[in-house]
Amino acid sequence: MKSFSNTYIFIFSTVMVTIVAILLSFVAEGLRPAQEKNKEVEKKMDILRSVGKAERAGEVKDKDVYIEEEYSRYITGSYVIDTAGKKKEGVDAFTVDLKVELAKPVQERNLPVFVFTADDSTHKYIIPMRGTGLWGPIWGYVSFYEDFNTIYGAIFDHKGETPGLGAEINKNFFQVQFVNKKIFDEKGNFVSIRVLKGGAKPDDIHAVDAISGGTITSVAVQTMMKNCLGNYEYYFKNAKTNQNE
Amino acid sequence: MSEKESLLSKKNLKLIKDPVNENNPVIVQILGICSALAVTVKMKPAFVMAISLTVVLAASNVVYSLVRNYIPPRIRIIVQLTIIATMVILVDEILKAYVYDVSKQLSVFVGLIITNCILMGRLEAFAMGNKPWPSLLDALGNGAGYSLILIVVSFIRELFGSGTVWGYPVMEKLGVYHTGYVNNGFVALPPFALILVGIIIWVQRSRVRKLIEKQ
Repeated sequence: MKSFSNTYIFIFSTVMVTIVAILLSFVAEGLRPAQEKNKEVEKKMDILRSVGKAERAGEVKDKDVYIEEEYSRYITGSYVIDTAGKKKEGVDAFTVDLKVELAKPVQERNLPVFVFTADDSTHKYIIPMRGTGLWGPIWGYVSFYEDFNTIYGAIFDHKGETPGLGAEINKNFFQVQFVNKKIFDEKGNFVSIRVLKGGAKPDDIHAVDAISGGTITSVAVQTMMKNCLGNYEYYFKNAKTNQNE
Repeated sequence: MSEKESLLSKKNLKLIKDPVNENNPVIVQILGICSALAVTVKMKPAFVMAISLTVVLAASNVVYSLVRNYIPPRIRIIVQLTIIATMVILVDEILKAYVYDVSKQLSVFVGLIITNCILMGRLEAFAMGNKPWPSLLDALGNGAGYSLILIVVSFIRELFGSGTVWGYPVMEKLGVYHTGYVNNGFVALPPFALILVGIIIWVQRSRVRKLIEKQ
């Protein structure tokens, strides 16, 4: 076996690492547009799924085109509000990064709202959410009827919750429980939705069943809903008052 | 390391045939078991995983073999890891850009190709002492051996766990659900993959008697 001097080893390592770094940077930069496009389509699909659309995404030949078409057809508007419930100008709701927003002080947060117009021209309002699960981030979209109280649909997803346990939050059986639940009680106080271990009572309109064995993720969903929807409390209340007038 | 010598003495074609059969990395050397259990619920991700691993293995083996005479032995493990990690990141980036859904299903497992023992095993045992061409064949052979097991396991798990083959609802089309048949949820869970791999190892050892250790 040849022997190599220390100098040779240092030079070899430096050259090797430099080549690898240059190669990877070029590839990462080159592929970035395609990767960002994928993320954008996924976000649009999540928004559509929260109102029960994009159901054929698994079957169609060109998913990107299908999602773009559905999105431009049904998602007719979007805007950003602050925690006081006032609309903010000059911020694009789609590009708001909730991770960044939730790290900001409460008053400075940009809160996106997406407006869905159904075929019968009724509106639903879609609110994005983001929280922390057991192993990583979890997120979701909830859509509300025009009363800003009753849930029309909800979807959740996660980066890496435990398969078969916490990961089940992205399954239909968990998500359908949220339909027709209410986030305000009769007195108009914000109560959010509780995710109960051991099961919610059938007549409880403010709670759903947690996932057996997925307690931490279930609690994370509850916390996420409380934190994220809580930001919209004033906006929802104002919107309701305006509608009643 | 006894496989090293026996492989070296065989002809080039044997380099490909051996790892598929008598010297299969998964069911004989018991390498790469982790991903064989994790990504075999459905055939499509299993197939992409198999292709990814084969590509990474082939590229790493050839690159390592090309520079084998310039690598200082004292840092060879680091060099191996750097080469493998580079290839894995390349594959991961490409999957994210062109087959996003599959890359989401594979999630961390593509990244974990880096720790797949088949890779470092082949680099250390073969590419270090052989020319690029045999190294490529060796990589393709081992990749094929790994792929074969993944495809077989995922076929059985998808058919009995989800009732589909490559996403096509076979069980539904056959109408077996009317007879009261239900998909077996256990088949879709990792422990069943372990049992299945165990059964395949059993079959393999009864077929190739020389694999059985002498008492």
